[in-house]
Amino acid sequence: MNKSIRIASGQGFWGDLIDAPYQQVTRGPVDYLMMDFLAEVTMSIMQKQKLRNPELGYARDLPGQVARMLPHLVEKNIKVITNGGGVNPLACRDAIFREAEKQGIKGLKIGVVMGDDILERIDELTAEGIELANMESGGPITDIRDRIVSANVYFGAYPIVEALRQGAQIIITGRTTDTGLTLAPMIHEFGWARDDWDRMAAGTVAGHILECGGQSSGGNFLGDWKSVPDLAHIGFPIAEAFPDGTVFITKHEHTGGLVSVATIKEQLLYEIGDPREYITPDCVADFTSIRLQQEGENRVRVSDVKGRPDTPFFKVSASYHDGYSASGTLTYAWPDALEKARAADRILRTRLDDLGLHFDEILTEFVGHDSCFGPLAHMPEEINEVVLRIGVRGKDREHVTRFGQELAPLILTGPPSVTGFAGGRPKPSDVIAYWPALIPKTAVTPQVIVEEN
Amino acid sequence: MATKRIRLIDIAHARSGDKGDAGNVGVIARDERFYPILLEQLTVERVKHHFAGICFGEVERFELPNLGALNFILHNTLGGGGTVSLKNDAQGKTLSSAMLRMEIDVEEGLLQG
Repeated sequence: MNKSIRIASGQGFWGDLIDAPYQQVTRGPVDYLMMDFLAEVTMSIMQKQKLRNPELGYARDLPGQVARMLPHLVEKNIKVITNGGGVNPLACRDAIFREAEKQGIKGLKIGVVMGDDILERIDELTAEGIELANMESGGPITDIRDRIVSANVYFGAYPIVEALRQGAQIIITGRTTDTGLTLAPMIHEFGWARDDWDRMAAGTVAGHILECGGQSSGGNFLGDWKSVPDLAHIGFPIAEAFPDGTVFITKHEHTGGLVSVATIKEQLLYEIGDPREYITPDCVADFTSIRLQQEGENRVRVSDVKGRPDTPFFKVSASYHDGYSASGTLTYAWPDALEKARAADRILRTRLDDLGLHFDEILTEFVGHDSCFGPLAHMPEEINEVVLRIGVRGKDREHVTRFGQELAPLILTGPPSVTGFAGGRPKPSDVIAYWPALIPKTAVTPQVIVEEN
Repeated sequence: MATKRIRLIDIAHARSGDKGDAGNVGVIARDERFYPILLEQLTVERVKHHFAGICFGEVERFELPNLGALNFILHNTLGGGGTVSLKNDAQGKTLSSAMLRMEIDVEEGLLQG
């Protein structure tokens, strides 16, 4: 029997089930817990929080989650790997050290991965000729220089591997790829070579399956959602990895949810582009090589994954201010619910026009009718109610504010049987746009700091 | 050969998400014998036509015969992308369902196991 390791998924995004990681480390055997907190928008939110308070800028759920698990982590020597450090992994580490102190736990080794945050280096980089051009539009980052909120490089598995090698039990990173969190312990435990591309790809595929938490163990499963047992107590996925790169996806016994070839297929196809070129900092994985096999109840074998060498670039995710937006809703009831909502929309747009307000976009949707399907929505004979949802986006904050003031008056000055305005006037919020770019790997160096309390 | 009109959801399931302003829709055959139907029926042109008024850019199709699945990228679909979009479904989560509403004509023999 080969030595294998069990890597549990504990979090699929910042805002996921708070108790999921605790369940993963207490309901059955695991060796590693990976927790993914970062979406594209998350770094900009964290950067803003750090501006207001230099002690913040990380996933604030994390220290509390770790504190609750800590006695179990120490007792069973379970290692935690997470990118919840956001734009302030050191502050996150210190918060966890404080929790350990409170519990009288000494000798806890925490590793931190930094160097991904290039916000302060943008001028230096562009001066060196690194354009950080937008991967979609091709424009140089200097176009939005004065509006940038955050800028982070996506690191892969290797800085985490280094922290593991130095004996860290908890590893907190900034912007690390979701897949690197799962690949790293495999490289560390199995001693895989840097250029063993098939195994790099195998660990990367396992990472893609774990990175969205319950979405691979029965959550959001369109195949046959009614057949998924006990979603209330869904068990998050666990990857049981073997040195040859074979991975079994499973979950703890006596938990809800479902791990089947069909649930794994849905997750494999989630947010991918060209399946032959799934590019990460560690390798290029070929999703058309993956072989899936049901090996028992809630147990799927993932094998035969092929990979190719990594590219010379890291991906950069920057975010920048791009105006303001606001949106609000009103609910119209039978009779003629949809007709009334459409009339209200026309009246509101006429008033916005009369006021001379300018927006980059005004979008009207009828929730309950077409907000998901647009022109594909079927026209029903008679609907009971519909929610008018209208939003605006523009450069002028005053104009967006005024839109918010014009919505509520429709209740007394528009079509009848209207309700649902408990939330007050829609307020303008900052629009944060996303700037994807590439940077030569030679231009950035990850820093790994391991300390013991 | 007699044909039968079915909805894509009868022979496939799907998952969708966002990639910037593009949506990705993975369509998976419910049984491997349905994969050739997906290959034949879900052409780029057909999918582009289906999403008229939703997808305003190019449609790309990728084949994953190992999973009995196709992956579609619908460019210029999400109103500027996740953080900018005013749409209720700014992340394209329900594009999967929208795809599965498509009606297709299939030879009856192909549907029988």
